[in-house]
Amino acid sequence: MTGLNRTVLGWLALASAGFLLLPWYAIEDGFWRFGWLLDGWPLDPDYAPAIMLLLQGEKPWLWPVAGFLLLPLVALGRPRTAPLAQGVLLAAGGLGVAYILGQGFAIGIPGWTFASLEAAFGPLGDRQFGMGYGALLTATGLFFLFTLGCAARGAVNGDGFVVGSIGLIVMVVALFIFFPVARILVSALQTNEGALSLTVFLDKLLVGKIWGLDCVYSHRACGVAWNSFALAVAVGAGTTLLGLAFALVVTRTGFPAKRLFRGLTVLPIITPPFVIGLALILLFGQSGAVTSLLEWAFGIPASRWLYGFTGVWLAQMLAFTPIAFLVLIGVVEGVSPSVEEAAQTLRADAWTTLRTVSLPLMRPGLANAFLLGFIESMADFGNPMVLGGNFSVLSTEIFFAIVGAQYDQGRAAVLALVLLFFTLLAFWAQRRWLGRRSYTSVTGKGDAGVPVALPRRFSGLLFAVTVPWALMTAVIYSTILFGGFVNLWGLDHTLTLRHYVDAFGVTVGDHGLVWSGGAWNSFFTTIAISTISAPLTAAIGLLTAYLLVRQRFLGKQAFEFGTMLSFAIPGTVIGVSYVLAFNVPPLELTGTGIILVISFIFRNMPVGVRAGVAAMSQLDSSLDEASLTLGANSWQTIRRVVLPLLRPAILAALVYSFVRAMTAISAVIFLVSAEYDMATAYILGRVENNDYGLSIAYSSVLILVMFAAISVFQLMVGERRLGRRSGPQAGKLDLGGQPA
Amino acid sequence: MHRFARVAGLGVLAAGLLGFGAGPAAAAGKLTLYCSPQIEWCNLMVEAFEKETGIKVAMTRKSSGETFAQIKAEASNPKGDVWWGGTGDPHLQAAEEGLTEAYVSPMRNELHDWALSQAKAANDRTVGIYAGALGFGYNKELLAKAGLPEPKCWADLIKPEFKGHVQMANPNSSGTAYTTLATIVQIMGEDKGFDYMKALHKNINQYTKSGSAPIKAAARGETTVGIVFLHDAVTQVVSGFPVVPVAPCEGTGYEIGSMSIIKGARNLDEARKFYDFALRADIQEMAVQAKAYQVMSNKGAKPAKESPDLSAIKLIDYDFKKYGSSDERKRLLAKWDSDVKPLPQ
Repeated sequence: MTGLNRTVLGWLALASAGFLLLPWYAIEDGFWRFGWLLDGWPLDPDYAPAIMLLLQGEKPWLWPVAGFLLLPLVALGRPRTAPLAQGVLLAAGGLGVAYILGQGFAIGIPGWTFASLEAAFGPLGDRQFGMGYGALLTATGLFFLFTLGCAARGAVNGDGFVVGSIGLIVMVVALFIFFPVARILVSALQTNEGALSLTVFLDKLLVGKIWGLDCVYSHRACGVAWNSFALAVAVGAGTTLLGLAFALVVTRTGFPAKRLFRGLTVLPIITPPFVIGLALILLFGQSGAVTSLLEWAFGIPASRWLYGFTGVWLAQMLAFTPIAFLVLIGVVEGVSPSVEEAAQTLRADAWTTLRTVSLPLMRPGLANAFLLGFIESMADFGNPMVLGGNFSVLSTEIFFAIVGAQYDQGRAAVLALVLLFFTLLAFWAQRRWLGRRSYTSVTGKGDAGVPVALPRRFSGLLFAVTVPWALMTAVIYSTILFGGFVNLWGLDHTLTLRHYVDAFGVTVGDHGLVWSGGAWNSFFTTIAISTISAPLTAAIGLLTAYLLVRQRFLGKQAFEFGTMLSFAIPGTVIGVSYVLAFNVPPLELTGTGIILVISFIFRNMPVGVRAGVAAMSQLDSSLDEASLTLGANSWQTIRRVVLPLLRPAILAALVYSFVRAMTAISAVIFLVSAEYDMATAYILGRVENNDYGLSIAYSSVLILVMFAAISVFQLMVGERRLGRRSGPQAGKLDLGGQPA
Repeated sequence: MHRFARVAGLGVLAAGLLGFGAGPAAAAGKLTLYCSPQIEWCNLMVEAFEKETGIKVAMTRKSSGETFAQIKAEASNPKGDVWWGGTGDPHLQAAEEGLTEAYVSPMRNELHDWALSQAKAANDRTVGIYAGALGFGYNKELLAKAGLPEPKCWADLIKPEFKGHVQMANPNSSGTAYTTLATIVQIMGEDKGFDYMKALHKNINQYTKSGSAPIKAAARGETTVGIVFLHDAVTQVVSGFPVVPVAPCEGTGYEIGSMSIIKGARNLDEARKFYDFALRADIQEMAVQAKAYQVMSNKGAKPAKESPDLSAIKLIDYDFKKYGSSDERKRLLAKWDSDVKPLPQ
């Protein structure tokens, strides 16, 4: 009983501190500046806590908040079963948060935000800015009072921690995914004057430019929707097959250069955008090295085959095959050798075993790999931009509908909806295909079998496919590295270090070292933002996974869908929607580093969730039950039992979000500011200006940084694996799955 | 205590996620600059301005389309003060949508007429900083290899022997290509202009997304001819690529790189200071240090020797008011989309 009282008191104290002590509104100097402590606080209206504002007769609409803070006192001292206590907590918390948000949205910089309110109450004659520390603490405190009330009511067996966690995640997903996305999707229904209209929406949706099928029967181009769809299917299928070939070579053959193969697979994941496309042009373009060689040696005339579907497909195959490989290698390793041995004992030959036993057991891996390739291709923006030629896809169309000569945000929103539709369709199809069958092949028992050798001809075919592909990847990356060390890539190949000096020069000035290189500013910001967002992403992703796998509650499916939604939305749409949603009070975040961190957390969270779900499904829940039976509560169980067993998943989520924060571009373009510039935005500006040397030098340094980070992470994973049979690397399942 | 501690842990996580920040400060002596030309030029301007006035500049570089999208999204709570540079159409669009603020600078009498006509078209909500003539550039090595005659006029580009040799941007995504479309329509009249675009379409090997991409492709030998602004072609020449810029003989249109003060600017005084500063002759002459070869709007600014000589180019009387308006743009783009783009090549 005292437990509940103490928790209530704790949250109440926090909420009251926000109301009584800290500045209610955002400090204009920034979140981490504390000059206000000495500059007129607590009386100056810019820095005053809510109570001081009220006592000075300002912002009278904040009075009800005081009421919501006093109300929970009634609950103190009462048992948690008392309906009065429960009702009071629910009312004070729920209504309190709703009121704080409501007044924040209703009253903004110009006074009333909605014309209807102005009409009802007359002009306000006052205004308010974004919420600050005070509003944040009060809202947080009241919110957890609400979840405590729910728990006391008996939700999820009355477990306060679980209810709090669910509440927290629902709240942040609503705020940082649903709210901004809703903001931009509304514009799909708006005319240019701002009025809502279904006809405008249908006009923009049902046009030949999106759905036309002319290419089937004429020379004309098809609609962008079909282009994107065809490309995504081709890339999904191609990466899956190639990834499977690599996985089989690495796990099932005695190929000598296995380690090299593994190393090569990491490279494309950590390559900044545009670079692969540029390298392809230098090699296979009309005046590319390989093209010229073929023309000189065999008289094959140069052509423009690289520009269009083929080129984009090739570039995306290069970029996304590693993702399929990483998904499949765990699955291939996980197929139980005993089952294969059993098949052979029953006189199946190697080929039949592969076809009827091994491959069917890999179905979840194949489906996941296809899905990731499909989504990546749909959302990829850099490669179609560089190599697309006349071949348009949804992602570039969306970008140019927003920033191009059309200035048509509504069209961008419509196209984003189409893209979202295809992605969700792919999710649905994957679930259908996998069905409810069991693919379990890793059990707690030891598996002494030895993997069956592949059929001879089949492994020959695998080598014939994988070795040239690996060679091509190696050539492409050598070309890229080389580009950073020459004067002008493609024209003047005099060796030079000047691009590295331009970007990362350090000189000794009067006051010590001067970071004189142009890239330092964005480099430090990128490292800082990536380092901050990675653990937060992992934390929130794994917490979500825990709730999904281990807890049963109402609306779990919708909850899961919500957390996966941001995966399917293209970055450009996220970027613009964040600006639309978070540029104005009550959540005023644009121009800060925080908005970058938040966008990365919610863009990359699905991977943490997937990795966590995959890893947690492997852990027998009897472990948790044992812990609970021995008297531990759910938090202790997570900390002492679940987390230590999840280390690979944690590290996968960390690596992924770190890498993604360093290589993402399309959302970032809209969120960077003078103070917080990111590496990719800087590189994009350089590429636009033809400054390939510096862009490549910068990219090479980023690749090195990420390699270092990944090596550190992998060392840590290796430590956990010591002395164990290597199972599927479940934590790696979804590595790399998201639009840049 | 445990229960509180763990729930408090959640709270810390929540606080981390919800961290309500504030925008860049608006104290005196600060300026937020949105800059659309290349980064070197932006940096030069910022350094010079900070050195002279002591005003601290926070600068963000984005292309003009991206900046326009940003200003529009920020309209209800503007974060920027001045938007300097970038092609004129988005500036005019911003003026049309009321996103920028009118200002009549005392520097006006030093400016070329074309810079002032840009201001007039926007009711003083923008002003010209530099002008760049439209044209094309060709790769002389590829031209020789293909045995093609030197193209000198717009009419040369539609000759059958240039089939598959010409590249331009898609006017739907690029302001440069829209300027091309509007220029052709103004030179030849709408019907003949569209006939020309249809004929040109047969020779186009690729419609790129970005406006300057065709000349970069020409520089690297990926196309023979690219239709672009001449100063972009000059940049390639100066980098050492075998590119020859051509000002078409029939005359050509031009863009006016512009500058606008953002409506609701938090540092209006500093914004105006920067505005006057950026129109000064000595400041505009710095462009060449950043490899920017446009012609500057101050009559006193000496042009760089590499700059295309505007007086030697036959410039048409480009109607920015008409062709910069969103209705006319939408109409022309829709017509291009339906009449030109779907034709077989």
